Amino acid sequence: MSSPTHHLAEEDIEASSLWRDARLRLQKNHLAVVGAVALVIVILAVSLAPWIAPYEYDAQDLNLGATAPSAAHWFGTDIFGRDLLTQILYGGRISLAVGFIATAVALIIGVSWGSVAGYCGGRIDAVMMRFVDVLYALPFMIFIILLMVVFGRNMILLFLAIGAVEWLTMARIMRTQVQSLKQKEFVEAATSTGLSPLVILYRHIIPNAVGPMIVYTTLTIPSVMLLEAFLSFLGLGIQPPATSWGLLISYGAETMEEYPWLLIFPGAALTLTLFSLNFLGDGLRDALDVRGSKD
Amino acid sequence: MSLLTVKDLSVSFVTRNGTVQAVQSVNVEVKENALTAIIGESGSGKSVLCYALLGLIPTPPGRIDGGEAWFAGQDLLTLSQRDLRRVRGSQIGMVFQDPMTSLNPFLRIGEQLTEPLLLHTDLSKKQAKTRAIELLEEVGLNEPEQAMQAYPFEFSGGMRQRVMIAMALINEPKLLIADEPTTALDATIQAQILDLIKSLQTRRGIGVLFISHDLAVVAEIADEILVMEKGNAVECGNTQAVIENPQHDYTKKLLASIPSGAPRNYEPKPQTLLSVEGLKTWFYTNAKTHPVRAVDDVSFAIQKGEVLGLVGESGSGKSTLGRSLLKLVNITEGSVHFDGINLSTINTPDLKALRRRMQMIFQDPYSSLNPRMTVFDTLAEPLLLHNLVNRADLGAAVRILMDNVGLASAFAKKYPHEFSGGQRQRIAIGRAIATKPDFVVADEPVSALDVTIQAQILRLLADLKEEYGITMLFVSHDLAVIRQISDRVAVMYNGKLEEIGPTKAVFEQPESAYTRRLLQAIPGQNVEFG
Amino acid sequence: MLKFILLRMAQAIPVVLAVITVTFFLVRAAPGGPFDSEKAVLPEVKKALEAQYKLDVPLTDQYLGYLADLADGDLGPSFKYPGRSVNEILASGLPVTAELGVYALCFALFIGVLAGILAALRPNTKQDYVPMTLAMIGICMPSFLLGPILILVFGIYLEWLPISGWGDLPGDKILPSITLGSAYAAYIARLSRAGMLEILSQDYIRTARAKGASDSRVVFKHALRGGLIPVIAFLGPAFAGLLAGSFVVETIFQIPGLGRFYVQAAFNRDYTMILGTTVFLSVLIVIFNLISDVLAAWMDPRLRTQFSKAK
Repeated sequence: MSSPTHHLAEEDIEASSLWRDARLRLQKNHLAVVGAVALVIVILAVSLAPWIAPYEYDAQDLNLGATAPSAAHWFGTDIFGRDLLTQILYGGRISLAVGFIATAVALIIGVSWGSVAGYCGGRIDAVMMRFVDVLYALPFMIFIILLMVVFGRNMILLFLAIGAVEWLTMARIMRTQVQSLKQKEFVEAATSTGLSPLVILYRHIIPNAVGPMIVYTTLTIPSVMLLEAFLSFLGLGIQPPATSWGLLISYGAETMEEYPWLLIFPGAALTLTLFSLNFLGDGLRDALDVRGSKD
Repeated sequence: MSLLTVKDLSVSFVTRNGTVQAVQSVNVEVKENALTAIIGESGSGKSVLCYALLGLIPTPPGRIDGGEAWFAGQDLLTLSQRDLRRVRGSQIGMVFQDPMTSLNPFLRIGEQLTEPLLLHTDLSKKQAKTRAIELLEEVGLNEPEQAMQAYPFEFSGGMRQRVMIAMALINEPKLLIADEPTTALDATIQAQILDLIKSLQTRRGIGVLFISHDLAVVAEIADEILVMEKGNAVECGNTQAVIENPQHDYTKKLLASIPSGAPRNYEPKPQTLLSVEGLKTWFYTNAKTHPVRAVDDVSFAIQKGEVLGLVGESGSGKSTLGRSLLKLVNITEGSVHFDGINLSTINTPDLKALRRRMQMIFQDPYSSLNPRMTVFDTLAEPLLLHNLVNRADLGAAVRILMDNVGLASAFAKKYPHEFSGGQRQRIAIGRAIATKPDFVVADEPVSALDVTIQAQILRLLADLKEEYGITMLFVSHDLAVIRQISDRVAVMYNGKLEEIGPTKAVFEQPESAYTRRLLQAIPGQNVEFG
Repeated sequence: MLKFILLRMAQAIPVVLAVITVTFFLVRAAPGGPFDSEKAVLPEVKKALEAQYKLDVPLTDQYLGYLADLADGDLGPSFKYPGRSVNEILASGLPVTAELGVYALCFALFIGVLAGILAALRPNTKQDYVPMTLAMIGICMPSFLLGPILILVFGIYLEWLPISGWGDLPGDKILPSITLGSAYAAYIARLSRAGMLEILSQDYIRTARAKGASDSRVVFKHALRGGLIPVIAFLGPAFAGLLAGSFVVETIFQIPGLGRFYVQAAFNRDYTMILGTTVFLSVLIVIFNLISDVLAAWMDPRLRTQFSKAK
């Protein structure tokens, strides 16, 4: 249904929607802007890896061995003579992919679960959230490790396993949002007008719940990436020939005395990306938190 | 003898949108054994003024631009934080507005009450405790020893406010500053606290600076009144003089806004629009076994064309009753018939059609509008849903609606947060009358608004009622407002209907004891407001 | 309060049971057995081994047998280290991991709460930005990155501290504890800052000031109790995280604790070891979560009396 607002005459005064206010506030937050820009650069760089990487991904040069950063190899090479910059670019694809995809999985499940529970209330809500509570109490780190050991190092499974952990918190947050919105008077007014529950959900409730979900999603991606790096470090995540930042860090840690650059550069890549995501998320939280001025 | 003399006080705040002058060159004086009231609406600067006296304004954003505040031979505005700390709680006591949030929920009453004594005097813990118990008795708390051990959440609002007053007076200060101390309290409790403050003032011979937005509240207890508007002092003087002979336009406006006038003569309306039989709305929570009986066996009728005022204090069930009539909450037992149609047995499509004829105006203008929808969208939604207007005529229809509620139609694309409280309430009213309903429940529609705005909105509602021929249930805790607008009045207490009848009859010859108590609690009833 | 505790404990039991069951069947369902990775074993020998370790009976019987053993507190023999039982191995690793965890937690609490309070007292100034940026670094730098870097700097370049072992050389507990605790210090700093800021904006803080209380009194007597509740509530999840983090830290610093045994057991498919450690750690986590929940509830007098009053 298109918005009725386009029926308006031209002389109507320009309005300032809450999104616009939030965007302006965000732009003033320098850290968040820097984070956003850095993030875009990183995403672009790893997406264009096949075109911008200076070497082939699996190009080895065993005669060369590990060398310190130089003009030919900006980040140096590893013990097989592979260019580290190339490794980092390709590894970043995996790390970021896991981050975004697993978060997306968690988001879809969590938002659906949480909004149904929050909107229906009553017994349905109680049952659904009890399920979440029980799962929440399980020590997930241990289970993920178990799963990875048991079912082999399957990337799809990795996404699913990580998503399976994060959706719980998403569901809780969404449910709280929906619950508090349901009690707002404008939702009661919508019922009083005669709107059906489904229309109320998508026109009145969900648009107002989007803000916190955006913030939380942006903050979930870095913790998912950390989880992947953790597993890969232990040897339970991404397996060669694929690579990820976590894996690169684990190799680097093994040889850090002789070849410190093998640890520093992948570590920096991971840390900087996580920084950007967190600063952006914090900035979004500040920008979207204010819901409208009270006079 | 002058206790506090404030000269030319100016305070400003640096905000995102520039510098705001909160208080501008204000003079005020508080004498011994007298109560000076500062009256102003939101944004008048009245609270900022008294916080500035005690240095409680955070001084980035805030800034004291100039002025003097002489108390006990010192200019408070020149004192350092350390010196001010010696004044606070010992020479000047302060009581705040919301007793629910002004006491520390994590500490026992006794601990908080003895704190000023332990901070400013040499008394031992034991002596402080004894003194605290004396104070609790003085402010009217029964079983003060037990109260000392309790936590704030165990008390009602009125009791907490008494504790706050005791805490402010425990060091025998010469001056008591009270910032809207009764605004958050029910009418009957408000009357008690007002009495308490006035009697403490006369008994102890102290000076009281009383902040309020409501002239009626202070009319009977204030000796002097200062009226503030947008940071400026517009009028001051003896209470009687200000009320009987106001000089400034704003003061006149304030006085005119106080709902007054004798209740109208009753003309019985013949046709019944709503009939309610044995209505019970109970809420079951899984925590407790006993349900909350919000509405407990209520029966009455609303006649077509009348305004029925529904009055009660918090917890009386009046809001739930209004919602039950519109089927916004589930009825536990009993029946509601709207124009002969039984609401309990109606099916969904019929209910949707029926909703066109009955609407609600909500209390809080800050949460009754979807913040992500423009005014236009909010007003168009009911029109489109019930197919009252075709697309081509939509723009014109919305414009007419905005005109009718007194909103400039050029604001149609704006979002709720860009409007003031009064304007938002107009939007909410517009939404309610868009479908030209037969029946409207107005649930405390003006309670969250400033007094002058309140008067405007009440007038708007009265006009619209006449123009559209609406039957109204007007829910409020404010008896003065009810008296002004209603044909008949129903009084609710604890889920039950205490009394119902023509306004004139109920106000002049109340039958129930509770109604009598409520009527006695109306502030300023012994004063003639021009 | 007792009622609350009992209720939570009752809720915890099905969780523990679920953990045991799921883990049991998961581990058994894995392809490959504990003896597969060894050099080729003769089929008769394999059969004998399986009989000895009771792997030749139906799965459900194995499950029930395991439960029965559990009830006795017997976690079974290790497959990888014949002659040693899981209990023994756990007993040797537990004190080490516990000590590491305690040091890390103390470090995290002390630094985190202090930083958070300091930041909340002067928001949006240097006193706020510096600790919070450091906290952000702590969150974004995982322990497996921080550890090696600390080793490089303090162990190898500066040679101030030992880089492996636990209790063998003086000072060898410092780097591992800091590595494990810093992410949590960072998170606790942010939590306590947010909690304190929230409390400091409450009306009752203004009341305290109006009574003449000094800034430090306002913070310590009035604000701290409420402001730290989110931190107390976080202790449960923090404990679980610390346990998980110990896997990595013990691997990096060569510490003979539970974490390292667990990781090795996972690789070696040592069924009983995996199962035993999982059960044990899970029970610990559940208990700790319970303690943290109870503490947080107890700190709020509204909840405390609500649960004490007999209904």
